[in-house]
Amino acid sequence: MPASPDRTALLVELQAALSADAVLRSAEDLRPYECDGLSVLRELPLCVVLPTDREGVQAVLQICQRHGVAVVPRGAGTGLSGGARPIRDAVLLSLARLHHIIAIDRENRTARVQPGVRNLAISEAARPLGLYYAPDPSSQIACSIGGNVAENSGGVHCLKYGLTVHNLLELDVLTATGETLRIGSQALDSPGYDLLALMTGSEGLLGVVTECTVRLLPVPEHVLVLLAAFSSVEAAAESVSAIIAAGIIPAGLEMMDRLAIEAAEDFVHAGYPRDAAAILLCELDGPAVELEELVREVETLLQRYGARAIRIAEDAATRLLLWKGRKAAFPAVGRLAPDYYCMDGTIPRQRLAEVLGRITAWSAEYGLRVANVFHAGDGNLHPLILYDANAEGQLHAAEEFGRRILELCVAVGGSVTGEHGVGVEKLDSMCVQFNAAELAQLHRIKHAFDPEGRLNPGKAVPSLHRCAELGAMHVHHGQLPFPELERF
Amino acid sequence: MCIMASCLSPNWSVFDIDQSQTLQMAVQEAHARSQPLAIRGGGSKTFYGRQTPACDLLDLGGHRGIIDYAPNELFITLRAGTSLQALEAQLAEAGQMLPFEPPHFGPAATIGGTLACGFSGPSRPYAGSARDTVLGMRILNGQGEILRFGGQVMKNVAGYDVSRLMVGALGTLGVLLEVSLKVLPRPDSTVTLVRPMDPVTAVQRMNHWAGQPLPLSATAYDGEHLYIRLSGTGSAVRAAQTRLGGERLPDAEAAAFWVTLREQRHVFFQGDAPLWRLAVAPATPPLPLGDQILIEWGGGQRWLRGARDATALRQLAAEHGGHATLFRGGDRRGEVFHPLTPPLLAMQQRLKAAFDRRAILNSGRLYATL
Repeated sequence: MPASPDRTALLVELQAALSADAVLRSAEDLRPYECDGLSVLRELPLCVVLPTDREGVQAVLQICQRHGVAVVPRGAGTGLSGGARPIRDAVLLSLARLHHIIAIDRENRTARVQPGVRNLAISEAARPLGLYYAPDPSSQIACSIGGNVAENSGGVHCLKYGLTVHNLLELDVLTATGETLRIGSQALDSPGYDLLALMTGSEGLLGVVTECTVRLLPVPEHVLVLLAAFSSVEAAAESVSAIIAAGIIPAGLEMMDRLAIEAAEDFVHAGYPRDAAAILLCELDGPAVELEELVREVETLLQRYGARAIRIAEDAATRLLLWKGRKAAFPAVGRLAPDYYCMDGTIPRQRLAEVLGRITAWSAEYGLRVANVFHAGDGNLHPLILYDANAEGQLHAAEEFGRRILELCVAVGGSVTGEHGVGVEKLDSMCVQFNAAELAQLHRIKHAFDPEGRLNPGKAVPSLHRCAELGAMHVHHGQLPFPELERF
Repeated sequence: MCIMASCLSPNWSVFDIDQSQTLQMAVQEAHARSQPLAIRGGGSKTFYGRQTPACDLLDLGGHRGIIDYAPNELFITLRAGTSLQALEAQLAEAGQMLPFEPPHFGPAATIGGTLACGFSGPSRPYAGSARDTVLGMRILNGQGEILRFGGQVMKNVAGYDVSRLMVGALGTLGVLLEVSLKVLPRPDSTVTLVRPMDPVTAVQRMNHWAGQPLPLSATAYDGEHLYIRLSGTGSAVRAAQTRLGGERLPDAEAAAFWVTLREQRHVFFQGDAPLWRLAVAPATPPLPLGDQILIEWGGGQRWLRGARDATALRQLAAEHGGHATLFRGGDRRGEVFHPLTPPLLAMQQRLKAAFDRRAILNSGRLYATL
């Protein structure tokens, strides 16, 4: 399709502002950007721009402002909810070439980095100083810090060390109009409203991060991992509560159910007990003298709640092997079926058995298998629904099944997304979690930052119209799973 | 006075009062008449923020009670008017605490007021801030709509983080009705060490140690002595104590020291001279501001007494990555918080309008135009 005169002018201006290789326009060049980690949703953008510095990003935003064109920011593209999925008439703004670690401040224990720096690269650079960056999403080898800020990424250690929002100090942000805002400070707080909290997790709708300062923590003196096998998911969940009730905050607490265990074991041979209904991985960190006490206490508690086999990994090699199965759980489950749909709800942990029971029942109803991976410490549940996109109706069934799971999460007091974000994927589920007045408030916040609605439009917060239509549709089909929930 | 744990628990409900509807009606009416409201919890923090003209009071003090507390889930949900004393007593019964060790500044302090002010205590650099602790909130916006954001779970990225935005906003964006907070187990063991030290070395040591895997839970320097608090399991605290050295304060004296510091009853805070708070990058060397200085938060929070040239002080704080607040006293009709850059101020004004179009909620308390 030939470019319209307006579009040609836009592209000419973008090319003039950036270097020649920084504007991609052929379908072939655009293809790698057609989706993020949620690969079922694909679209080619108007063009892809790859600025290398803040000035380049600002020029892109100002040019798009003049042309009234929308902008979709993108980090490493590892997001799982379609937050960076292109929009056909919008410019895709990749921050991947802003990838420099600007400074590591040993005394203040901070790192100042560009948004395209990979999460793990920060910890690697800080390690010689005995420091690291705590949030560690499972994609940390590839995902970028700018994307982490956009999604408020967590990781397996967030029960003890918090999410991205707890580990940020300062952001340099460009608004949709190309205006510069410095948010936060090098101190522990900043004057005025806490825009740092508001920006974190805003999914690229409020501004584009061009630089950020993150907090670094001392590398723990000692780390060990316990692996415990249970004959029931309930017993495993109870042991988690018991550990926390004993006043212990593990660095990581992960649970896997039987299907996830089998898949992981077939894939990486971590030595997981195949006959267990659930396994629990519990990581403890701290001074060696403290761990000596804690590991005995945790072991006793696990046994009391029926753990059958407990392995303790103290050396790095064994620890990595035990974690390997968990970290490879998604690709491992991916081998069981042509496709899988990864859910990301959070629930109060005490409702786990009930929620898993419902999922099992629905699994039978839809004829789709589900493997469950659970960040047990913080209530973040990742059911992986197995399906075959080429089989008639299975994608639709998987999506409906997924939506029901998320509605259940809200009904038991949790959230439709713990760490993957809303993006495009969970717009409908947002209509369940928030009422019209709340959504309107979220839209007013967006409007304060981006009155023309040109930054990542149509993502993260559904329109009231969409929710109203969805409500009507649900009622029409008589499928409303939780009639007691407020609708509008 | 019946707000201690023994009478509050196990029967919280006797004292529970849900005034959401009344409060909502009051805000709706004020909105209809464009009538400004001054929001008040226990009235213990009226000294803070800008002085604003007298207007109708929206009293949250009666809107109190713990709604849901699950120690094993590490969260508590409560009404904003619940007294901080009652909340802390309830948590202590279950062997838990608020991680951010908030100052009370008076027995009437409420959790809502504490969060609206965004006050955190001595543990702040090591255990996180008031804002970090927030999981979710129910608020009233300026139109009197009851809105719920966040929840009771640690991880929740659905929608913008409105509940954490409320912390430190001094009620100018919304009336806090209910809050859900993350709670933590109390440490088994706490030891405070004290060592005589010069200011330059004190700041260096606090920052050097913060980069080591040590169980630090508070640090302070009073101009002569460095105070270091260690919290954790007995063995970890003992090991760190041996490593750091210094004289161990008797436990009762140590506990009293940190409370006195937190509540600003320390001798440094006595008298009517204006009190300035500087928040700077923690490793900033001692600043040339005379000897009326108290350093907390590993160097990140520095208190200063006396009438000062506000412009010069703010410039100095900004040069070191931070900001300066006229915390108590002085001229409170002018700006008491660090001036915002024009684009940042404009953004915050738009945000204020997004929550409170008619500017009826505590307007002018934070900045003249917010």
